[in-house]
Amino acid sequence: MSEEIIVRRTALRIPYSWAAGAHATRFYREIADRRRIMGTRCPRCERVLVPARKSCSRCFQDTTEWVEVGPAGVVTSFTIVHYSEPRIQPMEPPFAVALIRLDGADTALIHLLGEVEPSEVRTGMRVEPVFADEPKGRILDIRYFKPVSVD
Amino acid sequence: MPKRVAIIGSGQTDHTSRRADVNIPELIKEAVDRALVDAELTIDDIDAVVIGNMEHFEGINLSDMWASEGSGAVMKPAMKIATGGTTGASVAACAYYHCASGLFDRVLAIGWEKLSESDTTTGIITAFDPIVERLTLAGAVGGLAIEANLYMTSYGITQEQVAKAAVMARKNAQRNPHAHLKLDLTVEQVLNSPMIAYPIHYLDMCPTSDGACAVIFASEDVARKSANPPAWVKAAVCRHNHPYIGDVDWRKSTLESAAIEAYRLAGITHPRRELDVIELYDPASFALLSWIESLHICGPGEGGKMIDTGAITMEGDIPVNPSGGVISTNPIGATALIRVAEAALQIQGKAGARQVEGVRTALATGFGGSYWSEVFILGRAS
Ligand SMILES: [Zn+2]
Repeated sequence: MSEEIIVRRTALRIPYSWAAGAHATRFYREIADRRRIMGTRCPRCERVLVPARKSCSRCFQDTTEWVEVGPAGVVTSFTIVHYSEPRIQPMEPPFAVALIRLDGADTALIHLLGEVEPSEVRTGMRVEPVFADEPKGRILDIRYFKPVSVD
Repeated sequence: MPKRVAIIGSGQTDHTSRRADVNIPELIKEAVDRALVDAELTIDDIDAVVIGNMEHFEGINLSDMWASEGSGAVMKPAMKIATGGTTGASVAACAYYHCASGLFDRVLAIGWEKLSESDTTTGIITAFDPIVERLTLAGAVGGLAIEANLYMTSYGITQEQVAKAAVMARKNAQRNPHAHLKLDLTVEQVLNSPMIAYPIHYLDMCPTSDGACAVIFASEDVARKSANPPAWVKAAVCRHNHPYIGDVDWRKSTLESAAIEAYRLAGITHPRRELDVIELYDPASFALLSWIESLHICGPGEGGKMIDTGAITMEGDIPVNPSGGVISTNPIGATALIRVAEAALQIQGKAGARQVEGVRTALATGFGGSYWSEVFILGRAS
């Protein structure tokens, strides 16, 4: 039983096509075409949910109203990612990932921070979006959020 | 009315980083064989099998089918459960429901994972919504790190306090023959280990393990005649959460909600006094401090004090994770079931060198997905 164990190496490549649905489509088109970040309001709890979606997971109610939020907001928590996983990471580490509560929103958006030293990132920091020049209809049409410049 | 149900036996593999000497069904069979020996039963005594592992991890679907060589499910009712990190606890809950329904007398719950054979990152990323979060929230560490930062910033919990918890867990693991990492660490070594995702260091984080766990649940009449002292299920409560990390209400944790309901079912009014030991699903060391607050073992922000005073160590009044916990051993689909098995061993007085003296009531938790939770309370008295 001292033989070397046979190991079969393989990889699966499985193509998928995920429909975003009408609500998410409008959310991403607003960002791509008009640089507006939209939420939807739940009629029962009256929270504005971002990204905009068809229903409220707390109340199990369909949302009824579109509301523009932000575009600036506040970092409610964050991490600085140091480990490297190039196949899935959107930036070279170290980079900051933050929960950002946009002005007028009641939920947070998970996104990247840029134009800031990782060591300078703080909870409570105000940030604003930097939009991509060539939007593709996805969340990275906001490239990242950067600290709001204080004039 | 649910029937009374008890755990009458359990078995675990000796968890490690890579088990090339066995394939997956063979790995599962090791745990099942040990559980059957422990309960003095044979596979013929088992009425149904519930099995679980992480979706996508080994790239194999329908594992309930081809694992039957190891699970013993041939010609028996069997089902697969997959709920992310909570899988093992969901498997346990499902086996409990089977027996509590009165339809089954002995149900075998199995959790397993062979992380050495899987692409963990790819597996975990498939758990995130492909449109909303997959591009920006990558991997398992980021979300935990965001929670850890929120907790530590809110209450002034220091990195040293969190590192102390990491040291404690690995020290406890040295008493557990099944544990993967049995490390003799110092606080300095934890703090000097590479930062993975601020504020979580490499040595704060759970490993990836190969391993399996099997637990046998029995209905009341069968449990009373069991070869082992029964560990009675006093409560099994699950709470799921909102789908996206940005939606999670950090002031209303699923763990706290599940614990409150579990305490109500078990008639517990002073958790710290009435619980004798806790097996907590700690994916990273901060959870050993933060999540015992969710369990009402101490007040908000007092988790740091619980490690500073030694209250949660083996010598303390409420030991947490005598087994070494998840940061010492993590075959993910088995991980939460190991918490339940370890809690049962403590009740049965069969935990060997990691036994806490005189355990009458034990609590086990599971954690998974977008911060959802399972809470089990086990007791010596029915
Ligand atoms: Zn609502």
